[in-house]
Amino acid sequence: MFGRIKGDLGVVSKINSISPAANMFLNLLFLFLALLCIIPVIFVVIISFTSETSIALNGYSFFPVETTMKAYEYLWQNKRLILNAYVVSITITAAGTALGVLLNATMGYVLSRKTYKLRKFFTYIILVPMLFNGGMISFYLVVVRFLNLKNSLLALILPIAVSSFYVIILRTFFNTTVPDSLIESAKIDGAGQLRIFARIVLPISLPAIATIGLFLAFAYWNEWFNALLFIDNKELVPLQLLLIRIEKNLEFIKENAYLIGVSADDLANRIPSESAKMAIVVLVTVPIACSYPFFQKYFITGLTIGAVKG
Amino acid sequence: MKRKFTKDDMELTILALPTFVWYCLFSFLPMIGIIIAFKNFRITSGGFLHSLFSSSWVGLKNFRFLFVTQDAYLIIKNTLLYNAAFIILGILIPVTLAILIKQLLNPKLAKIYQTAMFLPHFLSWVVVSYFVFAFLSTDKGLINNMLISLGEPAVQWYASKGSWPFILVFMNVWKGMGYSMVVYLAAITSIDISYYEAAVIDGATKWQQTRYITIPALKQIAIIMFILAVGSIFRADFGLFYQVPRNSGIIYDVTVVIDTYVYKALAGTGNIGMSSAAAFLQSTVGCMTIILANILVRKIDKESALF
Repeated sequence: MFGRIKGDLGVVSKINSISPAANMFLNLLFLFLALLCIIPVIFVVIISFTSETSIALNGYSFFPVETTMKAYEYLWQNKRLILNAYVVSITITAAGTALGVLLNATMGYVLSRKTYKLRKFFTYIILVPMLFNGGMISFYLVVVRFLNLKNSLLALILPIAVSSFYVIILRTFFNTTVPDSLIESAKIDGAGQLRIFARIVLPISLPAIATIGLFLAFAYWNEWFNALLFIDNKELVPLQLLLIRIEKNLEFIKENAYLIGVSADDLANRIPSESAKMAIVVLVTVPIACSYPFFQKYFITGLTIGAVKG
Repeated sequence: MKRKFTKDDMELTILALPTFVWYCLFSFLPMIGIIIAFKNFRITSGGFLHSLFSSSWVGLKNFRFLFVTQDAYLIIKNTLLYNAAFIILGILIPVTLAILIKQLLNPKLAKIYQTAMFLPHFLSWVVVSYFVFAFLSTDKGLINNMLISLGEPAVQWYASKGSWPFILVFMNVWKGMGYSMVVYLAAITSIDISYYEAAVIDGATKWQQTRYITIPALKQIAIIMFILAVGSIFRADFGLFYQVPRNSGIIYDVTVVIDTYVYKALAGTGNIGMSSAAAFLQSTVGCMTIILANILVRKIDKESALF
């Protein structure tokens, strides 16, 4: 009986499918959109391998006349700059993700405890900033004048560590997947809340922790605004800020070429500035483009939980 | 119902304390700082709070620019119009795409398309601005190369005022559509398949199924996204407006928004008083719009309201 119904429904879903022609059309549409999203990345990779003379002659092109590794060689010669930026970016990403996970998860857990006395108070604490904030100028003044974090990596790590959005995702997750009975029984066994959080809640919530960890990691890797505001020290420049400034640095070298008696053509051969710029874009983008497809499912989980009201 | 503060409450408070301190420093302290909009802010040697409280009150003097300069009209108009376009397209396009991609016969292909379209979400505006430059650069860009090979004159894109509203809206849609599509797709996937089966047995067409099953199921999440977006209608995406137009002065009129205007004060080329007044308006009006949007939604459909 049951089998027959299932069979019928299979037929139903077959009847309900779109026609092959419509399917073809939709495939073309989505193929176009998918290409629209990834082609710029491919384009930039191609430009980074294009010789400077090719660019001067034909502009940026998908089919360069002459390809070369010069841009990467040039960056390798100046590797101190790039490696240093990599180290800064990796440092803030690692430290920020670890700190952020801890801060968001503890608050999320506390808000998920229904019997907690200050639950309402802390709920307001995280909700009010979602509605109202002090704006860029007083934020800047607080970080620079009150916390004295100008030219400190903490200015890149701390400001984006916590987000009410993440706290709510985690709270919802703890609410729905950590059974109260588990926590009660741990309490009866004499465990305190700190212990329960670290030993029970965190280990069974790894999917949600991973989701928030990834949200944070990508946010830190892409962070440039706070760097623009707070970092002047060359040693502390992360990749994204390097990319903002490289333009100015390369322009500067080019403009001063006349002063040191090098012709522009000569210099173009030595400093592949066009392709070098794009090579840095590639170095910033590749780690992301290669890793996000594997993490995608965590993002989707996070978005789905986050969209649940409650 | 008063009850004592137990050991359990104490431990939970300790757990919440670090994050509470974070909120005080990075959310609530800047909120207090917003009063500089009403002050003649002078930096003193006594630190932020000392400077804040020792600066003299000037009342609404900082807000005067709203009425005496063209800037205010321009930045508010740009911010509102761009955001309105972003909100409308940011819901319509992803919802349509989510409904369409669900129809594809081959789910593996659908997954590949979805992954590719998700990519821009993970890139920063700094990186994206270089992508745009590769296409729009006047002498080397791909679009001008193509125009020239077609015998058309090259266009100075970074000086072409008329194009930027389209470019900015296009880039915003480009960057966000994959992400939003995934959000709506997740909502569609969670719809009980038996609704569709019953509809097919009753002879409903694809359009009728979409109209009466899929769209109502997406309504709540679309409304939540809408309220959140309306709440930040005075808040422009700084990266988009600061990085993508490459600071080109000629197109300033069509690319300046509240956030880039305020940033100028910090970069040292603007006026701190006016900028903090603009920031104050941005925060307070933004807060009012989100509450208002929520009240409206609650009037129409109580279930869909955010709070």
